[in-house]
Amino acid sequence: MIKRINRTIAVLLMAGTALTACSKAEEKTATAAGGDAVKVGVLQSLSGTMAISEVTVKNASMLAIDEINAAGGVLGKQIEAVVEDGASDPAIFAQKATKLVESDKVATVFGGWTSASRKAMLPVFEKSKNLLWYPVQFEGNECSPNIMYSGAQPNQQALPAYDWAKSKGYKTFFLVGSDYVYPRTANLILAKHITADGLKVAGEEYQALGGTEFSGVIAKIKAAKPDLIFNTLNGDSNVAFFKQMAAAGMSPDKIPVMSFSIGEQEAKAMGPELVKGSYAAWNYFQTLENPENAKFIAAYKAKFGADAVMTDPMIHGYLDVYAWKAAVEKAGDFDPAKVRAAAVAMDPIPSPLGPVKFATNNSLTQTGYIGEADAAGQFKILWTSTAPIAPDPYDPVAFPGKTCVIG
Amino acid sequence: MDIGFLIGQIFNGLSVGSIYILAALGLALSFGLMRVINMAHGEIVMFGGYVAYLTIKVVPGPLGIPAAMLAALVVGGVLGAVLETTIVRRLAERPLETLLATWGVSLIAQQAARDLFGATGVSVTAPPWMAGAIDIGGQSMPVTRLFIMLVAGLALGALALLLTKTRIGLLVRAANQDRATAAAIGVNVRHVDMFVFALGSGVAGLAGVILALLGPVTPTVGQSYIVTAFLVVILGGLGSIAGTAIAAILIGLVSALAQIFVDVSFSTVITLLFVILFLQFRPQGVVAVRSRALDD
Amino acid sequence: MSSSMLIKAVGAALLVLLAAAAPAYLSSYDLSLTGRFLALSLTAMGLVLIWGQGGILSLGQGVFFGLGGYVLAMHLKLVGLETGEVMPDFMVWSGVKALPWWWEVFRNPLVMILGVLIVPALVAAAFGWLVFRRRIGGVYFALITQALALAFATLLISQQAMTGGFNGLTNYKTLFGFNLNDETVSHGLYWATLAIVVVALICGTLLLNSSFGKILRATRDNTNRVRFLGYDPTPYKIVTFSVAAMFAGLSGALFALHAGVISPALIGVVPSIEMVIWAAVGGRTSLIGAVAGALLVNFAKDKISTELPAFWLYMLGGMFILVVTVLPKGLAGMFPEGGFKLPALSGRAAKAVS
Repeated sequence: MIKRINRTIAVLLMAGTALTACSKAEEKTATAAGGDAVKVGVLQSLSGTMAISEVTVKNASMLAIDEINAAGGVLGKQIEAVVEDGASDPAIFAQKATKLVESDKVATVFGGWTSASRKAMLPVFEKSKNLLWYPVQFEGNECSPNIMYSGAQPNQQALPAYDWAKSKGYKTFFLVGSDYVYPRTANLILAKHITADGLKVAGEEYQALGGTEFSGVIAKIKAAKPDLIFNTLNGDSNVAFFKQMAAAGMSPDKIPVMSFSIGEQEAKAMGPELVKGSYAAWNYFQTLENPENAKFIAAYKAKFGADAVMTDPMIHGYLDVYAWKAAVEKAGDFDPAKVRAAAVAMDPIPSPLGPVKFATNNSLTQTGYIGEADAAGQFKILWTSTAPIAPDPYDPVAFPGKTCVIG
Repeated sequence: MDIGFLIGQIFNGLSVGSIYILAALGLALSFGLMRVINMAHGEIVMFGGYVAYLTIKVVPGPLGIPAAMLAALVVGGVLGAVLETTIVRRLAERPLETLLATWGVSLIAQQAARDLFGATGVSVTAPPWMAGAIDIGGQSMPVTRLFIMLVAGLALGALALLLTKTRIGLLVRAANQDRATAAAIGVNVRHVDMFVFALGSGVAGLAGVILALLGPVTPTVGQSYIVTAFLVVILGGLGSIAGTAIAAILIGLVSALAQIFVDVSFSTVITLLFVILFLQFRPQGVVAVRSRALDD
Repeated sequence: MSSSMLIKAVGAALLVLLAAAAPAYLSSYDLSLTGRFLALSLTAMGLVLIWGQGGILSLGQGVFFGLGGYVLAMHLKLVGLETGEVMPDFMVWSGVKALPWWWEVFRNPLVMILGVLIVPALVAAAFGWLVFRRRIGGVYFALITQALALAFATLLISQQAMTGGFNGLTNYKTLFGFNLNDETVSHGLYWATLAIVVVALICGTLLLNSSFGKILRATRDNTNRVRFLGYDPTPYKIVTFSVAAMFAGLSGALFALHAGVISPALIGVVPSIEMVIWAAVGGRTSLIGAVAGALLVNFAKDKISTELPAFWLYMLGGMFILVVTVLPKGLAGMFPEGGFKLPALSGRAAKAVS
């Protein structure tokens, strides 16, 4: 008897699942130009390992959308955001991007964090001639007319950091990273520059994403005695790395560390005392002083809690929406091709980074900063590039002869 | 290659091996007795880490870590007992089913940890007496690592004593050798099962505190060591405690010494190849438990 | 042919017709999902053979899925090269001097097709020979295959210069001269996938109905008795594992075509064990159940994870527990008279619970 009841419950559960699957399939309405709303996609990982980072970018994009709607929308239309979960899986990113573009018929999509997710989505956007706004620093080596790259190219983050380190007299460098494409490629570029300058790469090591056992890496660092460590570890691996370095007597005050993926959020989560004194290179720090930034911080905290911290990718996720709005208004149209053409030809728009504009290669021209982590998990800005740096997806030293021209 | 680096890597191998001992001991205990693998073992390790995080908040100062270890032992044990009574027992004699069901438990536990503690890792600060390094023969050994090796050694010793010198240990060994006969002469094998499962889970909780000393406590922290812990159990041979200890140290050393020649991430591949090759020569594992059954 | 078999045959034919007509009534997005999930169902069918019928649980099917997917993707990357390019862009950045031979061979479409089928099967046979010969089975086998999945994913990631690393291989242009971005080609791809699934169903059914299938089931139910009867179970296990790997490889190749990507994230420990749930939900001994399971689980994931991302993981975890405690026969067990089952798959299937 009990068995039969159990089975009935299970059948009901499964039937319920099937029904949810069907009901959603029926909602197919509104095209980009029709009605009094315009649909846009927001596609980030809301579940899985990347959710922790990507949810904050989603929040920032949603904040921009709400602000724009409150101020009257775009070309008189309210923005309707269709939020999708990429589930930290590149195939799901491609699948959901297809859904947004084909089923929801969105005018554009804001999203993606890992290079793997962007690479998987690229064919979807090229095929549909739609436009993706990608907010995270990445390894370059890509040049698609259907992606707007607002995160830093290597020459806007990694290389300024190296130039700064060189100017401080550091001569031997150790490269540590999580095992995925951005660290491996960023390190490839750094290594080419370091050897071209006659300086020394003392070692290069990778740990699996999320890995926490650094005894081997630390032994190699100890043997190599570098002047400075370039750190491209991602997320929680950083905690383990800094902790085990400190236990081995190599805290940032003994061997300086320059990180490319530790922002305010990571520093706070790790316990600021662990990273205190280490360096980070970004195009944004929460400590930047300008009215746009103050306004953004206040608005974000009001919406998502007073203890929220701001990070570089969040700001890019936020300014991407404003850049899209400005480009739509300049083009007078929601058509992705026209929006893209307008986006690379517009005057600088205000943002928490200061005024920024997109270059003709679809990437953002932006200022580089080096910061030093303090005891509160914020960064004191040590160095600012003299002018905004023009983006270059193909580093001339590492990849000679390649350029990105989008016509 | 300089000799200091080699000695350093041997030390690292022993140190990583002792983490594997703590992570795999509980698995080996229940595997030896019940022939089941608990895929949610890593999540008990994870909860042990969170217990450490919470305990340190209540008991700051030098006694924080010992208190956390005690608390994690108890919490892990309770979680294990619950898991055993609600799921594992119902699937007795069906090891593959147990494996899948406990994997389901592990997914739920990870998401529950995310909802309870947030997706961001939390960090446990080691007390000052554990900071720094000690110089041994020209090599500086981090105190945390030495402490972990000590804990692993003590856990092994305590278990050995428990199994050989106490009455409950006698019952466990009886059930282990011949379940049916033990049951026939009045040993309550179900209680023995639950005790062993809870004990193993308690050790897993302890391992969680140890991992918290080295890195962040995240909802997925258990996953990063667990696949290797499974390999340790296989290599050790049917749940033997000594075999598990030897296998853990062996795997720790192989991966640490492989790192002299290859990338750290690549050493995972070498470790697996080593295990498969080893099983070619000794399919019964490091320590063979004699059995007359054909199906073991 | 008895009347009940006739009913089943007619039912199966109607089902295939209904599926073949899908482009007429499904939106292009739902059609692309259906094609993608049908491709995945081949992996689930492989698991029915090795696990449901053979009693050997593999937690490493992602490896074979990946081998098939990568073989196809290597071919697609090579035929998609612009004139003047000799190797994919990521190799150029990484300073690779010449295209490795194990890329070059798959430039030929025939070699590629053979490779998709044979490479996973050969790897499985070699691995199976090492393991089954030493009578390693049960939980041991499950855990070793899980470690294999971890090692394979790690290997792919760490050899970025040769494999594309964590990003995997994406951005395919043409296959056999067809433009993959063309609407009509994507319909063709759907039908091709459906046809392959149907052929696989028939082949699988024939295999299970043969004396080979009988001995395989006997091995599952009692290996020693099979030995006493004079059969050596090892070759049966190796062959079944290889056939399951071939199914998974084909599945990976088709999936890469549908999804436009193959990457280590699709083949590691977690995806490999999720594959088991497709077979388990459908009913681990039923081939048609595997198709139903793969479709149901993946459609549920697509729809639920967007609305309630956190809830999906609870639900997936719950499914694992449910299918072993309450519903060991899965969906197929709900149709005891086999309304949707192919004739051969009822009978013994019901007995297989462990």
